[in-house]
Amino acid sequence: MDFRPAVFFEALTSPAFITGVELTISLTVVSMVAGLGLGLLLALMRGSPVAAVRTVAWGYIWIFRAIPTLVQLLFVWDALPQLIPAFRGEWFSPFFAGAIALSINEAAYAAEIFRGGLLSIDDGQRLAARALGMSPVKVFSKVIAPQLIRVTIPPLSNDFITMLKITSLASVISLQELLARTQTLVASTFRFVEYYSAAAIYYLVLVSIFMVIQAQIERRFVWSSQAPTGRGTLSRVRQLAVLR
Amino acid sequence: MSEPRPLGHLLDESVLGEPVAASHATSEGYLLEAIDLHRRYGHNEVLRGVSFGVHRGDVKAVLGPSGSGKSTMLRCLALLEPVDRGEVRLEGKRIGVRESGGRLVPLSEATLARERSNIGMVFQRFNLFPHLTAVGNVMIGLTEVRGKSPTEARDIAKNMLDRVGLAERAKYFPGELSGGQQQRVAIARALVMNPKAMLFDEPTSALDPELVGGILSIMEELANEGMTMVVVTHEVGFARRVADRVIMMDGGLIIEDAPPTEFFESPQQERTRKFLEAVQ
Repeated sequence: MDFRPAVFFEALTSPAFITGVELTISLTVVSMVAGLGLGLLLALMRGSPVAAVRTVAWGYIWIFRAIPTLVQLLFVWDALPQLIPAFRGEWFSPFFAGAIALSINEAAYAAEIFRGGLLSIDDGQRLAARALGMSPVKVFSKVIAPQLIRVTIPPLSNDFITMLKITSLASVISLQELLARTQTLVASTFRFVEYYSAAAIYYLVLVSIFMVIQAQIERRFVWSSQAPTGRGTLSRVRQLAVLR
Repeated sequence: MSEPRPLGHLLDESVLGEPVAASHATSEGYLLEAIDLHRRYGHNEVLRGVSFGVHRGDVKAVLGPSGSGKSTMLRCLALLEPVDRGEVRLEGKRIGVRESGGRLVPLSEATLARERSNIGMVFQRFNLFPHLTAVGNVMIGLTEVRGKSPTEARDIAKNMLDRVGLAERAKYFPGELSGGQQQRVAIARALVMNPKAMLFDEPTSALDPELVGGILSIMEELANEGMTMVVVTHEVGFARRVADRVIMMDGGLIIEDAPPTEFFESPQQERTRKFLEAVQ
């Protein structure tokens, strides 16, 4: 067996790896936040009384769930500048292209999760809130959103983890995230086992950290007088999600 | 039976922090009136011309088989549902519409919201907000609609919960309360808004039999304190004892409207007689 622990540990702590990880995290967070925002909008559009609005949302979801993520990435990075001259500028970096492609893709999935969440909320909730005299914005932010967050945390967490991993696809558009860094190092050393293992360990650690965060958030959404009532994280998460 | 309580136990200026709207509403003519309400869903005509009025402080009980349009009628009165034809009047003023270029058009959802807050509504399935505690449920209308500070709203809400007998349950979530307790929270949630009238949509139909009495006695208390009420119910005893007038609805129409003694002793319509035989 040819496994050199020294090379493995060196890879784990190498600055190149760390910058790759940073890029992976920021691309995940940016794409996820933009994707969730657009996804929520699409979900609300699918419930619109206007048929044209519903159709637009349906068409979006149909297209971007059907096309492979890798094709979307390549299209945004290579085809978009050909199609639209505005995208030929210096500013159109691999990171930017990756974030656009991944958030467009995520929005299509998140829209369906949000739609399912909205369907799961009893009509009586909306009715009671309206009867109290709440405006449509208040009905959504104070009554619907908190319940929507609770039911969508598990499926959206799944999406988050998927996103963390598919950012590695962005290595094909020369974004120097974790996988691209690994491949560069492998190419110069041919130490496949050590470097790919180190990359795997990083993904494992990142997902584990996220799982802990998810559990924390879920605990805050247990609506019981017996549950530990925390302030900090909870109110921040709520404020984030309330979308005024 | 609960022990007798002083008048103004539920409708108390010192709890609300302002004059009780229900007892200061103008009482010329009807306080709440439905005129020729029509409502259809596709080909299904749910309301086919419903008219009635309630004087200030009166209780109107509404009976009728399911599908007769009772709930829809109540939702139209609460402005939760638009009417295709007809009007709803509160204190003689037409609500839910505005004049624009000589024509009446429905109000925007945001303006409707303000008008809705003058009419309290209690639902069959309570519809409490599961993410808020009992006190959170009662105060949310005050903070989000009336613009009161959280401190003031919490005080009012706690006092109102105390009045409906739930002081020690204030910090519990709806999922931790019995049906009867949930419905009392729902009543408190409507009352703190200081409504001019209250609408009840089968408030005891989803309750275990032993919890029905508690809710009915709160409603009776409310009636005694002068709240104007429209109550859709199957509780014949309550209608007989508390209502000033009883309405029978069938097929989207009011087929009988009479004082309780007359209504129950000598109903004019064969349909009413059959219905009463079936429910009693």
